Amino acid sequence: MKNQLGREIPEAIAKNRLLYAGAFGTEPTMRRYAPQVKRILPGQSKLVDNIEDVFKKIPVKSGMTLSFHHHLRNGDGVLNMVLDTAARLGIKDLKIAASSIFPVHAPLIEHIKNGVVTELDTNYMSGVVAQAISHGILAKPVTMRTHGGRARAIECGQLKIDVAFVAAPAADDYGNINGTQGLAACGSLGYAIPDAEYAEHVVAITDHLEEYPLTPVSIEQTRVDYVVKVDSIGDPKGIVSGTTKITKDPVGLRIAENAAKTIEAAGLIRDGFSFQTGAGGASLAAAYFVRQMMEKKGVTGSFALGGITGYMVEMLESGLFKKLLDVQGFDLEAGRSIAKNPNHMEISANFYASAFNSGSAVNRLDAVILGATEIDTDFNVNVVTGSDGVIMGGSGGHSDAAAGAKVTIIVSNLLRGRLPIIVDHVLTATTPGETVDVVVTERGIAVNPLRPELKEQLLQAGLPVREIHELKELAEKMAGVPKQIETGDRVVAVVEYRDGTVIDTVRQVKD
Amino acid sequence: MAKIEKTGQAGTLESSDIMITVVPDKSGIQIELESIVMPQYGDAIRATIEKIMKEQQIEGIRIKAIDKGALDCTIRARVLTALDRAGAEIREVLA
Repeated sequence: MKNQLGREIPEAIAKNRLLYAGAFGTEPTMRRYAPQVKRILPGQSKLVDNIEDVFKKIPVKSGMTLSFHHHLRNGDGVLNMVLDTAARLGIKDLKIAASSIFPVHAPLIEHIKNGVVTELDTNYMSGVVAQAISHGILAKPVTMRTHGGRARAIECGQLKIDVAFVAAPAADDYGNINGTQGLAACGSLGYAIPDAEYAEHVVAITDHLEEYPLTPVSIEQTRVDYVVKVDSIGDPKGIVSGTTKITKDPVGLRIAENAAKTIEAAGLIRDGFSFQTGAGGASLAAAYFVRQMMEKKGVTGSFALGGITGYMVEMLESGLFKKLLDVQGFDLEAGRSIAKNPNHMEISANFYASAFNSGSAVNRLDAVILGATEIDTDFNVNVVTGSDGVIMGGSGGHSDAAAGAKVTIIVSNLLRGRLPIIVDHVLTATTPGETVDVVVTERGIAVNPLRPELKEQLLQAGLPVREIHELKELAEKMAGVPKQIETGDRVVAVVEYRDGTVIDTVRQVKD
Repeated sequence: MAKIEKTGQAGTLESSDIMITVVPDKSGIQIELESIVMPQYGDAIRATIEKIMKEQQIEGIRIKAIDKGALDCTIRARVLTALDRAGAEIREVLA
């Protein structure tokens, strides 16, 4: 069966799921999920000696769904710790709902081989686990969601969590948690908030116990059943996301400058401007150019959103933005700021990006700058699979921010290595073209034909506007036309759009 | 047909470059190719290298190519330089 983007979804996948029907084509029909109500008596303690004892108290059984959040990123120690315990206790057939999976989670592969883990649900995965999945290590396809989509699935009862394990940089003995104190302070705990709200059982794993009551509180005692003190929940050095420096590459700088000029030409550099950008070199460079424009015009923006970097903190502190809405810190500077600045606010994944609530922050974005591994001539974007067909990422907030923002800009080199980035059909559709407005490359800017007024604005500003087909041909003239890669037939991942519909599938790679 | 007398090397392992090593062999043209874009451009890279050997009328050669996503013009330049360093007399080929 084909979905609205023309992607072929195998019958076996399609029969229990809704297919993508347009970015805003599917409406919610359910009531919010409600976990079992419970109580705790005066004098009862939540402190448990170790994870094994928590497993016995709950009790954690084979077939359950355990959830994890990724604020400690590639420094996370909690997921591995918990699954080691499960393996030791002979528990099998677990579904792991982790908001992201990083190279540090390599031991997952052994747990999959041994049948401890038989299902994965995540928004992003990179490294050896993603490679193993692409080579077919799991019998059941992985569900890949957006950050907003995961919050939606939890709230709507489509992702039911038996036990949420919260990596707590600081906690007290009655389950109050924050991410701003302790050795592994990571800042916002935004992605863990829906888990804590809707899971049947919530366990705080901490290496930093504070005296009761802990303040400030990100996740409240009313939702937390157990507190376990361990030696270390992870390595704070692993929190820092890849590159957090502005690129020095002249091509990257040119792209960034043109992305900023696109925002200016759209008339958005004005008081009240709201903005999201990633932590990659070119995205950060775009923030640099946006900043120059704001300073020159004496503009005060409203808010910056998303994963927050030290650069955004600098812009807040210089008065260029009034607020930061932070679902996750990308570096330690972001963590320090959220701890002390009341205008730097922690928000949940639900607040950030869910499509099915009474309004998420992405809906209030003027402009977002995003990356891509491939873009097709219908402006659909792939951020899930690499040029070899192997999973190397995921939407994260990509589709959410693209759907919400007034102007969504994809920045990319025309060629990555030898590979043209603009293709006829992306291998894995992640973010639909109708939510993408502009593609900025070093050789020109393509505007989605759905936005003729925006194209007019860019032309009037003297920007190098080209048709997307022209850019594709230009790249192929330099690099030659690439052969399509071949994939296997078996589906290893189902890519869900933010509303829970199937936007595409990922097939096993050929060995 | 000409032969090369010694080993010649050109190029680097930087991204968008290709490292070419040419070694004299008994007969024929043997190409060992590693590429980060093998599925998309493996055949094209081989064809480019073979075409240069034909243009330069070289035989009895083993060519090791480690490609990091080089464009065709880069591949041509690196192969010709490697041949030159291996003692081949490079002919001007008018395209």
